[in-house]
Amino acid sequence: MFELSSEGKQQVLNELKRYEAKESAVLPALYIGQRENKGFINAEVIRALSNVMGIPESHINEVFTFYSMYNKTPIGKYHVQVCRTLSCMLNGAKELTHHLCKELNVKLGDVSSDGRFTVTEAECLGSCGTAPMMQINDKYYENLTPESAMNLLRGMK
Amino acid sequence: MQQTSSETKYLTEFYHLPEFKGLEGYKKNGGYVDLEKALKMQPQQIIDEVKTSGLRGRGGAGFSTGMKWGFLPKNDEPRYLLCNADEGEPGTFKDRMMMEKAPHQLIEGMIISGYAINSKKSYIYVRGEYDESINTLATAIQEAYKAGYLGKNILGSGFDHDMDIYRGAGAYICGEETGMISSLEGLKGQPKLKPPFPAVQGYLRKPTIVNNVETLAVVKYVIRDGAAAYKKYGTEKSTGTKLFSLSGNVTKPGNYEVPLGYPLKDMVYTLGGGFKPGRKLKAVIPGGSSAPVMTAEEAMKATLDYECLAQMGTMLGSGAIIVIDDNQCMVECLANLMHFYHHESCGQCTPCREGTGWLDKIVHSILAGKGRMQDIELLIKVADNMKGKTICALSDAAALPVLSFVTKFREEFEYFVREGKSKVKGVAYVAHNSH
Ligand SMILES: Cc1cc2nc3c(=O)[nH]c(=O)nc-3n(C[C@H](O)[C@H](O)[C@H](O)COP(=O)(O)O)c2cc1C
Ligand code: SF4
Ligand code: FES
Repeated sequence: MFELSSEGKQQVLNELKRYEAKESAVLPALYIGQRENKGFINAEVIRALSNVMGIPESHINEVFTFYSMYNKTPIGKYHVQVCRTLSCMLNGAKELTHHLCKELNVKLGDVSSDGRFTVTEAECLGSCGTAPMMQINDKYYENLTPESAMNLLRGMK
Repeated sequence: MQQTSSETKYLTEFYHLPEFKGLEGYKKNGGYVDLEKALKMQPQQIIDEVKTSGLRGRGGAGFSTGMKWGFLPKNDEPRYLLCNADEGEPGTFKDRMMMEKAPHQLIEGMIISGYAINSKKSYIYVRGEYDESINTLATAIQEAYKAGYLGKNILGSGFDHDMDIYRGAGAYICGEETGMISSLEGLKGQPKLKPPFPAVQGYLRKPTIVNNVETLAVVKYVIRDGAAAYKKYGTEKSTGTKLFSLSGNVTKPGNYEVPLGYPLKDMVYTLGGGFKPGRKLKAVIPGGSSAPVMTAEEAMKATLDYECLAQMGTMLGSGAIIVIDDNQCMVECLANLMHFYHHESCGQCTPCREGTGWLDKIVHSILAGKGRMQDIELLIKVADNMKGKTICALSDAAALPVLSFVTKFREEFEYFVREGKSKVKGVAYVAHNSH
């Protein structure tokens, strides 16, 4: 059974007071829940947030499913999001994604067998001048080649 | 005074200085003196100055900023200022640079704007992926509070203003102003029918002004130099400088600041460095992925201002210029964009939800070598049916690229259907990984 840590709970309570409307805290609270549940959100996380926030599970769930940054399934320690949109594609994003999946022996969205990596595609990440690029957890990595990207991943333990 | 060989660094004058990011460095280079100046002016004077400057929104629609502010009700009802830092339009990456290199420039512009419209509270809605922008802004906002530029009785003027950041969570549609308001309210980021416009009824049903990062930063400079001086940059109807995000197949992609009216040709060949040896220009999308594509020939005649691009049947949009060289397949490019719009449609309106799905499917079947000649007509028909019928402009934004790609590069689409493979790349593509 998932429970928020006491620190996480306090953070959610702070978010509830931060905005003019209580519901505005749902998006930040989902981030907190995701962080405390190894990077993804399930029904238990929603229930825990609902209890702390006094907002119906159905509402939190509706918001959760709308946004792409809340992960719906378990995720590797490193979430590798390769931008797939036009400027990146023009600079080799397809080859980049293909190479990473092949080297890590994963399909898009799966967790690698050692639990370290999940590769997904993302839509334009606002870094098109340094294409192709990827985001790993919170950080951007730019001006990649398939080889340089794979080297970066090899260094992540 | 038009220079065509280099940038005109007006907003970005000090962006090369790492210290410009912090309060001290910002103040050393003219920071917050214009806030002091503005607080001694009458709010209406500021609105008038912004109106006279000709400043038009830098987020996409190009609407007059002063006029938008003028739509606010003339009473004391609380109102909000909402900075649009969602930057989701494919090809656009200027707001991120502004927030990361010059957070105080935006904050100062916002406090001045807040004072002008009598708003005591503002939010910066930043797309969730922009972690560094969010952290940089958070630090800068703290610095501004400590220095008395935010909070109660700012610089002894009697004006109070609070500012906070709201983190998005991955949804292009939250860049649309009413979708953004829904999201800020803690809901799904679904756009709302207009009217009422946000200036009349926005966040929590209170009047709300939504402006792009760049627009709000410019306000500081209109106050610093005055409307008349600002108008010396640019053309008569497209005043000022603009940040253009240049990407795609040029050798020197990046953000470039030039006066509006700057020749697109110089953007591509001089600032952008042209192409790799042996490659040449095929097409340009001049204003973010939603802007109709131009052929090389059209692009060489265009200038980067609202009027010229509108006259040529496309738009300046967010100022994102995506350059495509002759080594690229236009069917593949369009398929890439249709996947995007299909993925990002919020699903409220049937023509958009169904239409983006159809477009994605049809163009991908052509891309897989399985298209039929009548699919080309079908693309046009579906796209035509998506225009002007929906709650927000995403539906049109998906339809316009289709119509322009298929009309201007029809021969490539026909070749793909006839031969079952790309005219440029000589291959077909298996179905994409769908979401
Ligand atoms: C689908 C869609 C996406 C949009 N995305 C953005 C965006 O990412 N950033 C932005 O500033 N404006 C975006 N806009 C435009 C906003 O709705 C709004 O016009 C703008 O923020 C107003 O600010 P401005 O007048 O300063 O440009 C988008 C519009 C649509 C229809
Ligand atoms: S046009 Fe599309 S994105 Fe806009 S509100 Fe309708 S369904 Fe949503
Ligand atoms: S297209 Fe990849 S970051 Fe914009």
